[in-house]
Amino acid sequence: MAFPQPKPQAPQLPQHLLRTINCQQGAVRAVRFNADGNYLLSCGSDKSLKLWGVSRGTLLKTYSGHGYEVLDADGSYDNSQLCSCSSDKSVILWDVASGQVIRKLRGHAGKVNCVQFNEEATVILSGSIDGTVRCWDTRSRRFEPIQVLDEAKDGISSVKVVQHELLTGSVDGRVRRYDLRMGQLHVDFINSPITCVCFSQDGQCTLSSSLDSVVRLLDKSTGEMLGEYTGHKMKSYKLDCCLSSKDTHVLSCSEDGHVYCWDLVEGSLSLKLPVGKAVVQSLSFHPTETCLLTSMEGCVQVWAAEPEETQDEVTMAT
Amino acid sequence: MASDSEEDFVVYGTPLEPLDEDEPLKKPIPLHEQTVKDEKGRYQRFHGAFTGGFSAGYFNTVGSKEGWTPSTFISSRQQKAENHNARPEDFMDEEDFSEHGIAPSQITTSQEFSSGCRDEVREKTRAVISQMALIPGDNLLEELITPARLSIGVELLRRMGWKEGQGIGPRVKRKLRQRQKEGGARVYSCALPHIGSEGSEDDDDEEFAPENVTFAPVDVTPVDFSPRSGVQGLGYRGLNPGLALLGHGAAEHINLFNPESETRSQLFGNAQKTSRKGRISGQAFGVGALEDNDDDVYHKDSMTRYDTVLGGEEPGDGLYGWTAPQQYNNRRDTSKALSYLGKIPEGFTVALKHTKEKMIFPPPVLPPDFRPVHGFHPSLLGTTAVSPALRQALATSRGHMVKEEPQQGGRHQLDSSQRRALLGEDVLHSSSSVMELLRPEDRQRLYNLHNDSKTTSAKCQNAIHPSGSVTRSTVVSLTQPLPQSCSTPSSSLQEDSLASWRGVQSSTHTFRPFVKNPSKQARYEQFLSRLKHGDKDAVEQSLDPGMTEWERSRERDEFVRASILYQPTSSSLSSRFTVAQHQEDDDAVEVCRDEEGAVDNKQAAVKMKMFGKLTREMFEWHPDKLLCKRFNVPDAYPGSGVVGLPKVKRDKFSVFNFLNVTESREMTAPLKPPEMRKKSRWDVSEQEELDKEDELPTSASTASPNSISDQTQAQKRKEDDKEEQQKEEEEEEEVVVSRPPMDLFKAIFASSDDDSSSSEVESEEEDTKEGEGKNDLHPLNLFNVPSTSVTSSITSCSSQKTVVFSQTSMQEEFGPSLPPPSARGGATSHYSSSTEDKQRKKNKEKKVKKKEGKHKKDKKKKKQKKHKHKEKHQKKSKEEESSDEDSEGHVSTEELLKRLKSIP
Repeated sequence: MAFPQPKPQAPQLPQHLLRTINCQQGAVRAVRFNADGNYLLSCGSDKSLKLWGVSRGTLLKTYSGHGYEVLDADGSYDNSQLCSCSSDKSVILWDVASGQVIRKLRGHAGKVNCVQFNEEATVILSGSIDGTVRCWDTRSRRFEPIQVLDEAKDGISSVKVVQHELLTGSVDGRVRRYDLRMGQLHVDFINSPITCVCFSQDGQCTLSSSLDSVVRLLDKSTGEMLGEYTGHKMKSYKLDCCLSSKDTHVLSCSEDGHVYCWDLVEGSLSLKLPVGKAVVQSLSFHPTETCLLTSMEGCVQVWAAEPEETQDEVTMAT
Repeated sequence: MASDSEEDFVVYGTPLEPLDEDEPLKKPIPLHEQTVKDEKGRYQRFHGAFTGGFSAGYFNTVGSKEGWTPSTFISSRQQKAENHNARPEDFMDEEDFSEHGIAPSQITTSQEFSSGCRDEVREKTRAVISQMALIPGDNLLEELITPARLSIGVELLRRMGWKEGQGIGPRVKRKLRQRQKEGGARVYSCALPHIGSEGSEDDDDEEFAPENVTFAPVDVTPVDFSPRSGVQGLGYRGLNPGLALLGHGAAEHINLFNPESETRSQLFGNAQKTSRKGRISGQAFGVGALEDNDDDVYHKDSMTRYDTVLGGEEPGDGLYGWTAPQQYNNRRDTSKALSYLGKIPEGFTVALKHTKEKMIFPPPVLPPDFRPVHGFHPSLLGTTAVSPALRQALATSRGHMVKEEPQQGGRHQLDSSQRRALLGEDVLHSSSSVMELLRPEDRQRLYNLHNDSKTTSAKCQNAIHPSGSVTRSTVVSLTQPLPQSCSTPSSSLQEDSLASWRGVQSSTHTFRPFVKNPSKQARYEQFLSRLKHGDKDAVEQSLDPGMTEWERSRERDEFVRASILYQPTSSSLSSRFTVAQHQEDDDAVEVCRDEEGAVDNKQAAVKMKMFGKLTREMFEWHPDKLLCKRFNVPDAYPGSGVVGLPKVKRDKFSVFNFLNVTESREMTAPLKPPEMRKKSRWDVSEQEELDKEDELPTSASTASPNSISDQTQAQKRKEDDKEEQQKEEEEEEEVVVSRPPMDLFKAIFASSDDDSSSSEVESEEEDTKEGEGKNDLHPLNLFNVPSTSVTSSITSCSSQKTVVFSQTSMQEEFGPSLPPPSARGGATSHYSSSTEDKQRKKNKEKKVKKKEGKHKKDKKKKKQKKHKHKEKHQKKSKEEESSDEDSEGHVSTEELLKRLKSIP
């Protein structure tokens, strides 16, 4: 005798500001959750990368070693390593605990926009303004990349990896998906410089935001457009977009200081989250819970579905 | 936690004191300070081994200061002295009673108790003995007291799966074991018994034993090395109960030669089989009155069974008297598998035959007067007139310059002349030149044309000549496809080459440019050899007379050029270099095999939001092998050496390689000034392509007179263009160093405005008004190529394209920019602002003055300067800075414009 399943709750949206972290590292170029969502990484324009605890907003570690502003970072699945990329054309592999540079990977000809570990943290993928994605081996001591993906005709703005697939978004207006298992390259023409690409959690769709202020959801296998989300403003800056943890909503930064949140299926705007007056530069959705990180200027905001009990005391970082 | 982990370990002995790193190492105690103490802390002085060892007591007075007092002294006044028997212990030291002393007083399990209890062999003997004993069950008592202690070896063996009664060693097949068992037919002295539980296994179920079943080897009773303890003589064994009691001992004499095996086997195996007679019989007891067989009482061993010669007859087992365990001394050949001690891996057997040992021949014996210096025959050196120094150098570096025979390729590498030679055909003399097919007047006309061209080419040659050999070679490369016209320059070149090659040693052949074509190489070598001899007509003589005029002239040029390019360096220098293994094919460039489709269709599709088939393209893409490994996926294309998109080789000089769509070229052509068109690279490429066609030997040889005349006209045209071409070539070479003229860029990139890319549309939507004003400026943008332009030419081309034609904003050229670190005038402006702020402002400005954005590089430099500047003065207010920046930026662009306009 099985009880009927409880009525599924309406998907919650992270609409309550839990805290604001003043990162004290210049503009926060990117904010990222770690693999389990307990920590966050903030990439500062003052050449530093900082690790924070999400629940309390405490600064845990500062990683300094870049020569110019840090543009993106990612944590390995086991939280033992970090990788970050910077305008100084380098990619750095960090040891989380000691804060030491394990490897500094040079090879890009221009600033490196995005960086990503693969699932087992054996390869770092970095996309640069020089139009290449470089696959760096973390296992060997080689300083040359394993492979250089130079198919893009302009700078790479975003790279994502899920299992055996690489997704790259380029300023030449194309989303490229490299399927390692099949040995195929799928190119989707978007006709506007891509700012950010994402895989959906189920791995069937790709999300891409472009400078024509449209976020598009494409079917991965055929390239057909499943959804188009508009209303936000993304004209000149490289801003992030993402999907919620349960693939129910599409979120995107906007230049008007809001985070737009659309219903994935209906395409209707379900939430317009006012973050501030400036440009919302980066955002990151918690891998499992309803929790959102946004970064605006020098601060990182943590948003959740439910307001915290001690919401009134906004933790300010030291 | 830590204590737990420590408890897991078993610690033996006392740990050493942890070394303090900062503490200096202890000095070793000198010999005279080393003392011996007994366990009570008394010093013991060592007297020396012969004077009694350690001193006993106080200055050798045992006990007290007064001296030695017998401990047993009792005054007889008080007490009657008891009769006291002296025991050995009375004279022993207390150390002797300790565990390791000579008479340990502690209770330990003795060997008798511990050992035999689980030994099956002994158990059996004991059982038999108990049966035989006068009082049956005599040793029952003994078995009651069996200490449960096993030696550690037995314990370990058991853990490894050993069972009592089994032998130790690799498991063997049944057959082998059988053979092993049967082996000991003739064994001297220490024959080992076939005993144990295996012995009782039936022999008749042998055929039922499956193939794959292995058995433990037979147990081996070790050779008994226990010393004789009794007073009996050597070889004495007491009354054998088996012999004595079972009653058949008398039947056979105790065999000296196989005593043990018999008795033991009787003991264990056969004892039960024989009928028990229950009579005492045996040698010791004599022959009873009731016994029949008294014939053998005084048995005499026959002397034949004894060795009469010491070491004379070899037993045949190859052991020479060494009595190894039986396992090893029988049938050495067949049981070789057993002689291999290690575990034989599955699927392998021990080889029956030894592998033949490799015969190594010793090096030949050098004659005693041998000197390891190679001398050259004087006749070889004497023929040519070279300086003695050069000769010396040659002698030293001879090995490097051995002339190789031109290698003969396969059938397909042969050319017609070679095939002709092979087939033994005659040379066709009829029409070696196409000129002969022409009518005389046509020929005359051509000749006139040819003379004209000669003069022009001579002029150009003179113009170029002083600029050195590099340009000369380029000239040759340019004039090379022109057959007749180059006779003048080539003749002058010939002189050069003649001068350079004359008198060179014939063996100094260092470079072979025509290895791919052996006959050509042979001709070239012939040509060189003639050059070396100072032959003026070297080229003409070495050319193949069977070739057409055009081919010959081409080859002539090639030879001359090659001989100049690969001039013999001084031989000592050339001996240090070797020829590269692979020559790069210069005429081809790698391009992607799969071209991307037309962008227009896709753009239309995107506008109609028809994503899917129209906007999607699929390419074959080869991931790196290592990348697949790291991603834990199988290689999609195993065995393919390709990485990335598959490439094909294309003609290098074709602009088609770098253009996706070419239809719209005509559209843009009118925009260009007509004279520009002539000079453009496009024309060059056409020219090159023409040349390529010309180079095909078939087209030339089978050319009709019409085509010939076309060709000559084309030549004429080419000659007209030649100077320009040369200039252009030179300019192209210098591109890296100096700035090329605008026209060139215009011509190159204006021809490909085909993909008026997406951004064009956008930007037109965005800022249509600024469009016209910029047209005169956009060539300047060519210098806005990112300073780090290491990217491929394709990408740079495309990015430039976008710059020129789409007139996009600066961010799009560099991709989307990053937002400013803080809002303008915001409260959070206290942290260090960076370039982005400015950039954003600039964006604003760009809306007003679009020009500015074009001078990105300068601006960037400015910015960086600015940035440093700013870091110094962080407190400076933003408004000031921005205004500063505005003015500075403005001035700089104007200056830049001026400068650029001043460039011709």
